[in-house]
Amino acid sequence: MEYDIVIIGAGPAGLGAAVEAYEKGVRNILIIERDSYPGGILQQCIHNGFGLIEFKEELSGPEYAERFIEKVRKYGINMMLNTMVLNISSDKIVKAVNQENGVMEIKAKAIILAMGCRERPRGAISIPGTRPAGIFTAGTAQRYVNMEGYMPGKEIVILGSGDIGLIMARRFTLEGATVKAVVELMPYSSGLTRNIVQCLDDFGIPLLLSHTVIEIRGKERVEGVTIAQVDENKKPILSTAKYISCDTLILSVGLIPENELSKSAGIMLDPVTGGPLVNESMETNVEGIFACGNVLQVHDLVDNVTKEARLAADSAVKYINKMLIKEGRHIDVKAGSGIRYVVPQMVNYENIDDKVKFHMRPTDVYKNAYITVKSGDKQIIRKKMQRLTPGEMILIDVPKDKFLSDDLSPVGEITFEVEVV
Amino acid sequence: MYDVIIIGGGVVGSSIARELSKYDIKVLLIEKEDDVASGGASKANSAILHAGYDPVPGTLKAKLNVRGNEMFDELCKDLDVPMKRVGSLVAAFSQDEVESLYKLYDRGLKNGVKNISIISADMVKEIEPNINDTIVAALYAKTAGIICPYGFVIALAENAAQNGVEFVFNQEVISIDKEDDVFTVKTQDKEYFGKYIVNAAGLYADVINNMVSDKRFSIHPRKGEYLILDKEEGYLANTVIFQVPTKMGKGILVSPTVDGNLLIGPTSEDIYNKEFRKTTYKGLEKAIKGAKKSVEKFNERKTITQFTGVRAVPDVDGEDFIIGESDVKGFINVAGIESPGFTSSPAIAEMVGEILKDAGLNMVEKDNFNPKRKPVIRFNELTDEERNELIKKNPAYGKIICRCETVTEGEIIDAIRRPVGAKSIDGVKRRVRAGMGRCQGGFCSPRVLEILSRELNADPLNVTKFGGRSNVLTAKAKEYLINSYKELLKSGV
Repeated sequence: MEYDIVIIGAGPAGLGAAVEAYEKGVRNILIIERDSYPGGILQQCIHNGFGLIEFKEELSGPEYAERFIEKVRKYGINMMLNTMVLNISSDKIVKAVNQENGVMEIKAKAIILAMGCRERPRGAISIPGTRPAGIFTAGTAQRYVNMEGYMPGKEIVILGSGDIGLIMARRFTLEGATVKAVVELMPYSSGLTRNIVQCLDDFGIPLLLSHTVIEIRGKERVEGVTIAQVDENKKPILSTAKYISCDTLILSVGLIPENELSKSAGIMLDPVTGGPLVNESMETNVEGIFACGNVLQVHDLVDNVTKEARLAADSAVKYINKMLIKEGRHIDVKAGSGIRYVVPQMVNYENIDDKVKFHMRPTDVYKNAYITVKSGDKQIIRKKMQRLTPGEMILIDVPKDKFLSDDLSPVGEITFEVEVV
Repeated sequence: MYDVIIIGGGVVGSSIARELSKYDIKVLLIEKEDDVASGGASKANSAILHAGYDPVPGTLKAKLNVRGNEMFDELCKDLDVPMKRVGSLVAAFSQDEVESLYKLYDRGLKNGVKNISIISADMVKEIEPNINDTIVAALYAKTAGIICPYGFVIALAENAAQNGVEFVFNQEVISIDKEDDVFTVKTQDKEYFGKYIVNAAGLYADVINNMVSDKRFSIHPRKGEYLILDKEEGYLANTVIFQVPTKMGKGILVSPTVDGNLLIGPTSEDIYNKEFRKTTYKGLEKAIKGAKKSVEKFNERKTITQFTGVRAVPDVDGEDFIIGESDVKGFINVAGIESPGFTSSPAIAEMVGEILKDAGLNMVEKDNFNPKRKPVIRFNELTDEERNELIKKNPAYGKIICRCETVTEGEIIDAIRRPVGAKSIDGVKRRVRAGMGRCQGGFCSPRVLEILSRELNADPLNVTKFGGRSNVLTAKAKEYLINSYKELLKSGV
C-alpha cells in the first residue's frame, strides 16, 4: 500500500488535515482511525460551543465533526476505521493492524500525526488511599454517560478543573447526580473562563482553588475523599483537611499528547508541551512528518485545531510537491519570562508566506499585561492582553517582515515574554 | 464429599491445588474474593524469586525457599508464565553494610544457594551502570528472578482446574465443624464437606485455624507500599537491587518487572487492621527516598500506579512458616507464609502433598495429569506473520483494545473463557495487562467492560472492578433524573 499522505487519527485534526490536503489537490490520501467511527473525542462532546470561529455558529462536538466527515465522504477520501497503528518508521512506513487486513505496512510520502492526547491517570498524581471502583478520568466518565448511556456515579467530587472536568460537572448535574465540589490544586482554574461560568457558577457547584484530594477511602466502591488546602509549594495543609462523602472521584488533572508513535519514528519531543518540536510548517525533525492538534499541543478550542491541521496539510502538500524549502535561515523561538511554551519552536524564514501564528500559554494569571516579542533587545511586537490565564491559549501572529533585522537578514532567535505593567 | 478442601486462592492455595491435581482425589478450592490472587499478598508483592540467602539456616523458610526457587524453570515453562532469572544484588553502601554481606553470604552457603558471590563496586557498576556511585560492594545471586506474581497464580489455578480441581469464588468461610472424620465448611451461602482441610487463607489463616484448633495463633499484617514507574524508567535496573536487610524486612528494592516497568518499594510497617491496605503520602515518600539510596536516577514523576501489599506475619518464634497438621486430625495449616513465601510456594505444595499422604490420604497418581497449561497468545510478542495467521483464523485478534500494552480483543475473550477465567475488569487486567499501561485503563476500560458484559451475559451495571460491590457503573443515564422527578411528583410540587 502506498499513499501520498497518511494521516493518523480521524479526530478534528486528522479530518481537518484530510479535507485541506484534498482541497489543495492531493487525491491519494489515507486516514487511519482506531475507533469505529470518525470524530475522535468530539463524538462524546455533546455540549455546544464548538465552531464559533470556524463556522461562525455554535455547534455540538458531533455536529462540528460531521461537517468534516461529510466532506471526507464527498471527496471519497480513504478512511480505515477500527485500525490501530503499531508503529511508524523514520522512513515513513506505517505499520497498522485491523481485523480485515491483519498487519499492514503502508508507505507514505508524507505523514500527518493527529493522534490527539490522553488523560493523566491517578497514579501520575499519586493520590494515596485505597483502590476501589468509582475513580474515573473525566473523559472516560464522559464516554460512559454520553456514548454508552450509563452513569458512573451519583455523588461526585471532581479533582482538577480542566475543561472536561468542568463540562462533566454540568453534565452530571443535568443527569440528576450531585457534584459536591470541584477541587483544584492551583490558585486558578486550568479551564476556560466560559466553562467555569456556564458549568459551575450557573449550577452553584463550589470550585475550591488551592485544594487537593489527600486520600481516597472505600474498600469496594469509593466512599469518600479527604481534601485539604495546599500551601504555596502545593503541599497539603493537614489542619485544613475535610472529609467529603461521595461514591465517585473524577480526575481532570491534565492531558498528555499521545506521542508513543512519534517516538517510534525518532521524532523529538518538547519536554514542556509533550508534543513534537515543529517548525513554522508544523514539520517535525523527521522530514515529511507533520503534526497538528492535541498531539502537538493541548488546545483549548477545536477551531484552533482545525487551523493548525490546515497548516500541517498545506505543508505536507508542499512537501510532496517539493515546494517546502529545507535549507534556509532558521530562527529559534524561545519562551521567556511568564511564558510556559511556544509552538512552533523554530521557524525557517524561507517557508513563511506572510506571517507565522504562534501558540503559547502563560505560566500564571496576569491582568492587563503585554505579550512582547523580542529579538535580542529589540522589541518586535507588543500586544496588550486584558487577562492571561494558563487555561487559555494565547495566539500571536508575527508578520514575515518582523523577522528581519536592520540589515534585512532574518534574526537568529525571537523570545516571547509576558510584560507586567 | 471432597477429599481435600483448600481454603484460600493465593499463591499457596493455588500451588497446592495444582500439586494435588496430579492425584486421583477430589479437590475443592474456596476463595472469598471473585478471583485467585485477588485479595491478599499474592496480588501485591515484590514480584521476585528470592535466591534463598536471607532466611535463617535450618528454618522452613530456608529449606523451602531454595527448593522452591529451583522449581520455577520447569513450572514457568509448563504453565507458560514469563519469568526472568535476572539475578539480584544486595548493595552495600558503607563498610558496615559490607559486613552484613558476608553474613548473608554465609547464610546462603549454609542454605545451599548456588551461584552467589560478593562482588566489587566495579563489577556492580558493570552489571548496574545506574546504581549510585556510593556503592562499595554487593552480594550477587544469579538464581534470583522476576516474575508476574498474579500471572503465576492464575496459571497454577487454570492448570489445576484443567486437571479437575473445582474452584468456588465469592464464598467466605464462616465456620468449620468436624464430626465423624468429616469437616463441614460453611460459607455465607453454602456448605461443603471434606475429609481434609488445607488452611491457606493467608492474612486470615489465623481466623480459619481458630475456628477449628485449640492451638490458636495470630497473623499480623505488615504493610508495604510500592510504586510502579513507566517503562521508560525500566532501563534503570537490570537486576533486583536490594539493600542490606533489617529486622523489618529486606529493605527497599529497585527492580525491573518482567513486563519492563520499574518497581520500587516496599516500605515495612506493622498495621493493626488487615483491611488497612492503603497507600499514604508518608509511605510513598519513604519508598521513593529509600529507593534513591540505591538508584538516584529514577524520576518519580513517571509513576504510573502505586499499591500496598500486606505481609502475613505469624506470631511464632522466628516468624517461620507454620506448615503441618494441626492438633485436629486432617486439618493442615499452611500459615504465616510471608516472604519468601511466593518463591517457596511450589516447595510448600510438595510438602503439603507429603503431609496429606502421611495423614492417611490415599494419593494415587493420575495417568492423565497434564502439566501444561493451554498456551497463552500474547499478540505483542508475535511476529507479523504469526499475527496475520492468527487474525485470519480469529479476527478478534486484529482488534486492539488496550493501546498502551497492545492487547487485542481476542486475548481478552480468551482470558474470560479460560478455566478460572476473568470475571471483572481487574481480572482481565491481571491476565492480559489491559489497563496496566501508562493511561491506566482510561481508554480501554469502557471497552473491556463491554466485552465482559457480552461474554458473561451480564448487564453492564453488574460488571465489577474486582467482584463484590465494586460495580463500575451505578445507573442507566436519565435514571437519577427520572427518580428525582418522581419524588417531586409524589411530593405534589
